[in-house]
Amino acid sequence: MATKVLMPQLGESVTEGTISKWLVKVGDTVNKYDPLAEVSTDKVNAEVPSTVAGRVTEIVVPEGETVAIGTLILYIEETGAEEGGESTPSAPEQTSAAAVTQQATTPATAPTASVQADVKAVPSQPAQGGDKPRYSPAVMHLAQQHGIDLSRVTGSGMGGRVTRKDVQAIIDAGGQAPAIATAPAQTSDTAAPQVTRETAVSASTASSSVEAATAPGDQIIPISSVRRTIANRLVQSKHEAPHAWTMVEVDVTNLVNFRNQAKDEFKRKEGLNLTFLPFFIKAVVESLKEYPMINSTWAGDKIIVKKDINISIAVATEDALYVPVIKDADQKSILGIAKSVDDLAARTRAGKLTMDDMSGGTFTVNNTGSFGSVQSMPIINSPQAAILSVEAIVKRPVVIDDMIAIRSMVNLCMSLDHRVLDGLICGRFLQSVKQRLESIGPDTKLY
Amino acid sequence: MAVISYIDAITMAMREEMRRDSNVFVLGEDVGVRGGVFRATVGLIDEFGEARVIDTPLAESAIVGVGIGAAAYGMRPIAEIQFADFIMPAVNQIVSEAAKMRYRSNNDWTCPITIRAPYGGGVHGALYHSQSVEAMFTNVPGLKVVAPSTPYDAKGLLKAAIRDEDPVLFFEHKRCYRLIKGEVPETDYTVPIGKADVKREGSDITVISYGLALHFCLQAAEKLAQEGISAHVLDLRTLYPLDKEAIAEAASKTGKVLIVHEDNKEGGVGGEVAAIIAEKCLFDLDAPIKRLCGPDVPAMPYSPPMEKFFMLNPDKVYEAMKELAHF
Repeated sequence: MATKVLMPQLGESVTEGTISKWLVKVGDTVNKYDPLAEVSTDKVNAEVPSTVAGRVTEIVVPEGETVAIGTLILYIEETGAEEGGESTPSAPEQTSAAAVTQQATTPATAPTASVQADVKAVPSQPAQGGDKPRYSPAVMHLAQQHGIDLSRVTGSGMGGRVTRKDVQAIIDAGGQAPAIATAPAQTSDTAAPQVTRETAVSASTASSSVEAATAPGDQIIPISSVRRTIANRLVQSKHEAPHAWTMVEVDVTNLVNFRNQAKDEFKRKEGLNLTFLPFFIKAVVESLKEYPMINSTWAGDKIIVKKDINISIAVATEDALYVPVIKDADQKSILGIAKSVDDLAARTRAGKLTMDDMSGGTFTVNNTGSFGSVQSMPIINSPQAAILSVEAIVKRPVVIDDMIAIRSMVNLCMSLDHRVLDGLICGRFLQSVKQRLESIGPDTKLY
Repeated sequence: MAVISYIDAITMAMREEMRRDSNVFVLGEDVGVRGGVFRATVGLIDEFGEARVIDTPLAESAIVGVGIGAAAYGMRPIAEIQFADFIMPAVNQIVSEAAKMRYRSNNDWTCPITIRAPYGGGVHGALYHSQSVEAMFTNVPGLKVVAPSTPYDAKGLLKAAIRDEDPVLFFEHKRCYRLIKGEVPETDYTVPIGKADVKREGSDITVISYGLALHFCLQAAEKLAQEGISAHVLDLRTLYPLDKEAIAEAASKTGKVLIVHEDNKEGGVGGEVAAIIAEKCLFDLDAPIKRLCGPDVPAMPYSPPMEKFFMLNPDKVYEAMKELAHF
């Protein structure tokens, strides 16, 4: 009495699977749960476990062949079926059906092989209730109405549950406490459902601090809500976006000369210090115009290329990091950008940023050079597709036309979301930024 | 305003109504010469005579049946069932006759009878003198079921019940009789049947109760207030038909609801209250609707430790309220 093994249902929407490799051959003895074959579908690759113990008697589907779910793929002669098998022909089938049921409840990653066509062996998702936050109807309702990102709310209820009062308190206080760049509105614009789920996961990852031992004299700093938000968002970005990193070096000698020559008059006329940052932002913005793909967002099932160019700039305070946004940076002159930078930095330090100041960014420029860094690997300001850090300008000997010269050099480091962008386009983008910076000179317009 | 006991408020209501309307009369076991085993009708026979304060045989079906007949004749009987436990022989009269009179006569006949019945435990009354039987009557359209918890409500609701054109079952918690005192005006007033009452305003949790348990809730709320937990307490007062709007409003206020009653949990009034909340307030709910009720045990035990186990008390209510507040 041979048991039929069928192509299993490897996911709810999967209709067919390919036998990529048989792990058994005719005559092999297999135990229950032993892998029989490797199966690949457009969604998963998995092993098909044996539902019974016995001997393989016939392989029906050859390697490499794609068959529909439920197709007979091999026969196994069950151990022990021979003894009393003939008098009770239905017994083995019942056994295997039982095996299916049993397996369906085990949280094994290998999906269940269905033995009888009418047994729908959809692998049951093991309940992961433990660390996933669950929200009451009232909390969900309020959060939806007021655009509150619940993963950023610290709960006061049992086990850290977010209560209706917690959400109400945020609403009464005028909305969510801003922490890092992206506004909730933007998140809901772009985040696909699956992203939301991951947010919840990463949020809990960030909050479930490692069990760290404390020694006498150690200082314990409670985590502020801003710090927690930063942690959650950075974990989320690192977790979701596969980061790739690249760097170019740029000769900014001409820029340095130009800026040195122009800064005093600029200060007198505008009352502002002319720093290097606006030049870099201007060059980045112009290159974004040239390569709009960099100015985009991963949205689960699509990529959204943003029309507006809004540059987030990272501004650090003593204990937190904020990313206010220069809106419509492509419509601004160097003066305009300088004014925006100055205004946003001043308001960040004064703690007077508004929600609007923090939202809508499409690309981030990070001025790591301001604290002397010459190389850094920034984390992408999710859901943007890339971030560029401007390192310190240092004088270095470089070779120009086979001669050694002392030049002012700067490294531009870029982290990119590899789901959206590839090295080629980023390389071109960086070359574009480099060229623009290197061609700055007496003719460059500040206004 | 005089502070009087719950039972005195009931006596006052009957006396006032009997003075006001000569059609009002009282009948029941030992209600006359004895003045009732709980003394609820004390003094009435002296003032109104034995024609209006009638001692009946030990036959509840007759007490209610006679009452229904008198009501059909235009009288306003107040039938006393000595203990709610003994109402069973009268259930046929109440459910099949009184409750259906108006409906089956297409509004030609009404049945303005009030049936008073002391219910509940905590008096060491054991199996046959402690039951809460209200749930048996709270799915009988045509009946009104009232269960006041304060002397003020007791007087006002009893007067409203006597004046009501339809049958009203008036459940009096016997432990409240002399335990609960409160201000009761000596003036003529009624409390509308079918309206619940907020007995305490709060913002953290909502507690819905009636009868003796309501006082436990108020005591527990007082204790919780010292711990910074604010409880909103709703007294149902009328158990059938329920004040659905008040229930929904109270539940929505905090999103966390605890329903408390002494009657058995399964099939109790609390289940219906929970269903109303589930139907009307899903998007305001912040916690599962909780019930704290008597255990699903046949009756109140006689043994004092067992009676203590069966009965609710302020501590049990306090724990349940606190747990919900922290959810």
